[in-house]
Amino acid sequence: MNLLKLLDKMCPDTQNSDQKELFFSRREAFHKFGDMSKKMAMAAVPLGILSALPKVAKADTESLIGVLNYALTLEHLEYRYYQMGLDAGVIEGADMAIFEKIRDHELAHVNFLTEVVGNVLGGTPVMEPGFDFTAGGNFSPFTDYPTFLALSQAFEDTGVRAYKGQAGNVMENDVVLTAALSIHSVEARHASMVRRLRTKKGHDSIKGWITEASIGTLPAATQAIYAGEDNVSHGGVDVTQLTGIDSAAVTEGWDEPLNKDQVLGIASLFLA
Amino acid sequence: MKNDLIKPQGLVKDANRRKFLQKGSLSIAAAGLFMVGCNDEDDYMPPMKEGVMLGSGDIGILNYAYALEQLEAAFYATVLQGDYFANASSEEKQIMEDLEKHERAHKEFFKAALGNSAIADLEVDFSAIDFNNRMSVLSAAKTFEDLGVAAYNGAGKFIQDAGYLLIAGKIVSVEARHAAAIRDLLNPGSVDFAGDDLIDSNGLERTLSFSEVLSAASTYVTTPIDFSQLPS
Repeated sequence: MNLLKLLDKMCPDTQNSDQKELFFSRREAFHKFGDMSKKMAMAAVPLGILSALPKVAKADTESLIGVLNYALTLEHLEYRYYQMGLDAGVIEGADMAIFEKIRDHELAHVNFLTEVVGNVLGGTPVMEPGFDFTAGGNFSPFTDYPTFLALSQAFEDTGVRAYKGQAGNVMENDVVLTAALSIHSVEARHASMVRRLRTKKGHDSIKGWITEASIGTLPAATQAIYAGEDNVSHGGVDVTQLTGIDSAAVTEGWDEPLNKDQVLGIASLFLA
Repeated sequence: MKNDLIKPQGLVKDANRRKFLQKGSLSIAAAGLFMVGCNDEDDYMPPMKEGVMLGSGDIGILNYAYALEQLEAAFYATVLQGDYFANASSEEKQIMEDLEKHERAHKEFFKAALGNSAIADLEVDFSAIDFNNRMSVLSAAKTFEDLGVAAYNGAGKFIQDAGYLLIAGKIVSVEARHAAAIRDLLNPGSVDFAGDDLIDSNGLERTLSFSEVLSAASTYVTTPIDFSQLPS
């Protein structure tokens, strides 16, 4: 099933205008609540948020739920991938703790986003889709450790770009934006670790950061994951013109976003 | 080790000095000296430390980022001059060289993007860091990188312009990549790259407020930074 259609189907269309108005306000109004994200983070289930948010409405709840369900889909993918890898015994003993930790984070993200969509925003959290991590028989991540690591890198680098691409779409809600940023940097930490792990094992010669738009030794199918990472111009400033720093290093210093269609195009390779 | 790589340019107007005495200034000690000096003109008056005012709104936040990038860039520039770097493994040399370039690129980017609104160069003091000692350098690098991530994550909600928010997002994930690598150098193969000291049970990384970040940075930055006009 096409993931775009799947998401459209799951995207809650049931919000009445009162519900829509409940969780949105201009950014200034949210500021009154101080560090809501911290309170949210401390509570395993952020149910208390519901009554704490101002009933001044502007933005579109549906749109926010849509973004978070999209993020939740990616987290489902990541969590299932690591859980299956751990269950399959493909991971080398010395690296087990690393992937248990990453798995724990992805599961925490699944649970967190499920709670926010369902209990905070009053939407319907997207269910876990069926995955095919062989991508139609092309990969063997659960019997071949180098392949497991390669796809892990692909998913983490994609995750970083996916969250980055949504920051502007959730910025009207301080709580959601801060949570998204706080997941985004965790994905980047994972990506750095897995990339360096692959190089340490001699599978690749990449660094923790992305050089140009290089896929390194990843399969050609991952090209779309790194497309555009060679950008050196930000906010109209070409950074290579400012310093004597080589262009490759400049590309490493900035990560680039992907939009939803681009990410779902990548993820759809792994849908059953 | 006093760092002379960057010097304050004294661009701050007198009017801003008064602000340092108010809430939001980190220059409490300097303010105290200033007041003593005023009470008796015959006393030796220590040279006034020129401070910087970050400003308000998105410009203020960009200056906040610029201040942190200045600190990081100055740190790695100094690392490359020390004995730790000279004797480091090829992997660690590569990482330090990369981080120096990335942070210098970030710094120069913010300076260019801010134009006339950019704060002056900050004066830094790295005397607490032993640049000949691996643990000392890597521990400081860890502090700076983790601090940078938490600073960007905490500032995001105050950014009004989506373009600036995206730029911050592009940089913060690279800082997180750096932080994970440095943490792995300190404790190879461990789970410290995304440790429980930073990431909570919801899988969310910590955020820090402007004042928390600048308080931590003030150990290494001698230029007073007035952030009283930043959004709250």
